[in-house]
Amino acid sequence: MKKTLLVVWLMMLPLALTAVIAAAQGGTVLLNAAGATFPYPIYSKWFDVYHTAHSNVQINYQSIGSGGGIRQLQAGTVDFGASDGPMTDDQLAQSKFKILHFPTVLGAVVPTYNIASGAAELNFTQKALAGIYLGTITKWNDPEIAKANPGASLPNADIVVVHRSDGSGTSYIWTDFLAKVSDDWKNKVGKAATSVNWPVGLGGKGNEGVTGLVKQTPNSIGYIELIYAVQNNIPYGKVQNAAGKFVKADLAGVTAAASADAKNIPDDFRVSITNAPGPNVYPISSFTWLLIPAQIQDAAKREAIKDFLKWMLSDGQKFNEGLSYAQLPKEVIARETKAIALIQ
Amino acid sequence: MSAAATIAHEVPPQTGPRAFLHRLRQGDQIAHLITLTFAAVILLLTSMLVYELWINSHLSRTQFGWAFFWTKVWDPNFDNFGAAPFIYGTLVTSAVALVLAVPLGLASAIFLSELAPRKISDIISFLIDLLAAVPSVIYGLLGIFIVVPLMRTTLGPLLINTLGNVPSLGVLFRGPNYGVGFLTAGIVLAIMVVPFIISVSREVLLTVPREQREAALALGATRWESTWQVVVPWARAGIMGSVFLALARALGETMAVTMVIGNAAAIKASLLSPGDTIASTIANQFTEATGDLYLSSLIELGLVLFLITFILNGLARILIVATERGGGRPA
Amino acid sequence: MSTVRILWRKSLNFVMLTLTGVAAFAVVSVLFLILGYLIWNGGTSLSWNFFTQLPKPVGESGGGMANAIVGSLKLLFLAAVMGLPIGLLTGVYLAEFGGKSFSFVVRYTTDLLNGVPSIVIGIFAYSLVVLPVKHFSALAGGVALGIMVIPITVRSTEEFLRAVPGNMREAAMALGASKWKTIVTVVLPAASGGILTGMLLALARVAGETAPLLFTAFGNRFWSQGWGQPIASLPVMIYTYAVAPYDDWHRQAWAAGLVLLGLVLVSNLGARFILARSKAI
Repeated sequence: MKKTLLVVWLMMLPLALTAVIAAAQGGTVLLNAAGATFPYPIYSKWFDVYHTAHSNVQINYQSIGSGGGIRQLQAGTVDFGASDGPMTDDQLAQSKFKILHFPTVLGAVVPTYNIASGAAELNFTQKALAGIYLGTITKWNDPEIAKANPGASLPNADIVVVHRSDGSGTSYIWTDFLAKVSDDWKNKVGKAATSVNWPVGLGGKGNEGVTGLVKQTPNSIGYIELIYAVQNNIPYGKVQNAAGKFVKADLAGVTAAASADAKNIPDDFRVSITNAPGPNVYPISSFTWLLIPAQIQDAAKREAIKDFLKWMLSDGQKFNEGLSYAQLPKEVIARETKAIALIQ
Repeated sequence: MSAAATIAHEVPPQTGPRAFLHRLRQGDQIAHLITLTFAAVILLLTSMLVYELWINSHLSRTQFGWAFFWTKVWDPNFDNFGAAPFIYGTLVTSAVALVLAVPLGLASAIFLSELAPRKISDIISFLIDLLAAVPSVIYGLLGIFIVVPLMRTTLGPLLINTLGNVPSLGVLFRGPNYGVGFLTAGIVLAIMVVPFIISVSREVLLTVPREQREAALALGATRWESTWQVVVPWARAGIMGSVFLALARALGETMAVTMVIGNAAAIKASLLSPGDTIASTIANQFTEATGDLYLSSLIELGLVLFLITFILNGLARILIVATERGGGRPA
Repeated sequence: MSTVRILWRKSLNFVMLTLTGVAAFAVVSVLFLILGYLIWNGGTSLSWNFFTQLPKPVGESGGGMANAIVGSLKLLFLAAVMGLPIGLLTGVYLAEFGGKSFSFVVRYTTDLLNGVPSIVIGIFAYSLVVLPVKHFSALAGGVALGIMVIPITVRSTEEFLRAVPGNMREAAMALGASKWKTIVTVVLPAASGGILTGMLLALARVAGETAPLLFTAFGNRFWSQGWGQPIASLPVMIYTYAVAPYDDWHRQAWAAGLVLLGLVLVSNLGARFILARSKAI
């Protein structure tokens, strides 16, 4: 009989823990959110800081992917979503309820490479990047690359192209840029998307996978998020922007991309800012958005979300740079703050 | 034996022989029904699963029809989806995994059950069981950190230079060699499924009655002959069962494979070239897929995998029946 | 028999037996390599905080995975409660009662179920348990894992029940026991070692699964109450942290992997201990 009791005790343990925890909580507003992986670090920081200041509000965000976020929001299983790419007109039309977009931070995607000859910082023209990823430029010492890097010794070696194997917002930004700068790309591979039919190359899973492959494979090139490159001290190259200048990605250049065309940002904030005009703009930049239902029945949840958004647009932005995300430009913040009123 | 003693004491009161038999049969009947119901639950679950897959893949099935099986293109942007490269990748990686894991696993199981001292065998087996609990993400990371560099710098070139020159077989080992690819994925899969083979096979080998071994030895067989020609065939059903477990895991494995296979939707003969599998594609793209046709195609991939498992299981069973030479344990 | 032939058989004997030893050695070395890697990378990140604190955002030290550890335990409990009985009783049916064709169908279907990718099972559980109520829950995660536990349990239960020698059954029946009584008091105890192995193997396998939990249990940065809320788990945390850019999170991922293995080890030991005690009676 004793061992049966022991077994019963062991099985009761998780139940007992549950009861204890349940007793300790009550009156909390629990919000579930899902979506983009790209801003996960800053979101987890924000939600944690907000929770410390408002201990009755718990925002549980899980980074299951932008597509996942959109779908779960539409299915009604989460209170709000997040996406690295704005929802398309079709998706919005399919939703049973109206969804509002709120940009939160800015990020950038950078090209990283591994060249045996250890060339210093490389410059990449727009045509070079498109050609490499289309498979039309196959060698490192191709004139398109060489002409932008006089003095660098580029080997006569095949370029090993690395892209993302999993669907991701990073790929979305990268392909958005390529589609804008190369008609060939747009015709052959298509518009911006989280997953495309890559003409050439190996796939790595996540930024981690791409970086790992590039590090290990001589003469390879890949694209990763700026924050990832900075956190891990990975060398990356400069990209030519619409004004013809070679810019190395940094937070200022990314914010410039957003404010360059701020007047033309539509009211629903669904805009692509890759290849934005301006001399100091880093061309592979993007917003990332929170997707909020326009109508929220539960009053407590509605107030919590609205309050969080206000906080995010003011105090929250202070945390961006520490984690290598660029801040939203002031004009955008002002317009968003007004848009919060649309949430009923 | 204590169990028998318990039974002897619990003979029900004899109110009449026919009543007694009736109650006996009732008890058995109930037990039969209960276990039957639970067995039927599995059928129910699986049918529901297939139904869900069928319904949710409706869009792509009607759009592509049978061409889905041989279309080589997977293009989310232009809504053109085909399963051919993934079917190929799934079959190749699973084949490699089994070719590596079955001999290794069976040999280890034989060693652990026949040769090793019982205590050591128990401890090692216990530790090997733990391997089954390692999350596939970690297997993937280990694959990236250890197997991929090994393949790129050492193993790959070695294979290309030796086996690559053998006529006809050599086509399996051609460059370019990036370190990621079918072979690497197969190796990682083999490591992941070998615990199942070892664990179950060892237990089954241990149940072979001692008399069988002793009879063979008494007839002058060497240790090996007694093991290979008497003990293993006796346990054949259980060993095949463990191989089924391993095959199933290899076919459906996602995370670890996707991190080391190179993710190129291509069909190439060389085991050293990158490819992709069905499970890895679904896992990689499902969370981000937003188009309806895209989603439907991913789910149809799941259905295709189900079909592949169905066929492979059938073939394996036919193989078992065909090689039934007798000497196995009576059913 | 000629001496040549005897010599051949003896050398074959030696070679093959040595090969089995080599194979076992190779497998064990890989095992120790993996364990060593985990301990090396994860051991340094283990701390009291890890076991007691909730996750902290990046850049802040002192975060832990307390909720994920409890979450994994709860999910495994659910999976065991839902999946093991079905697996066990189906195995009993197949070994003891089954008719030929129906048993064939059940066995075949069980093998099929085993081959379904875990993410597809997750999607299935999502449409079954999450969509109707429009929220993620620990229960949904338990259902997904429970389904995955069934095939291995069925196979091992059936195998080891079959392995029980016929004379034991006959002895019991000769003493007047009914069929089900024989099964419960004689056959099952005799096969219990193998059956338990199968069950533990099944639970160990699902303990490390990530994909089926993404759409069912979802994940939770906070404590989860009851069974109807999203819940954190070690594999999902490992997955989230391993692909992040931060070294600190990587180390936590390794530590979580080590803790997961430790959990499985402890439950393995515990279950075997209980079984050994019950057999000693």
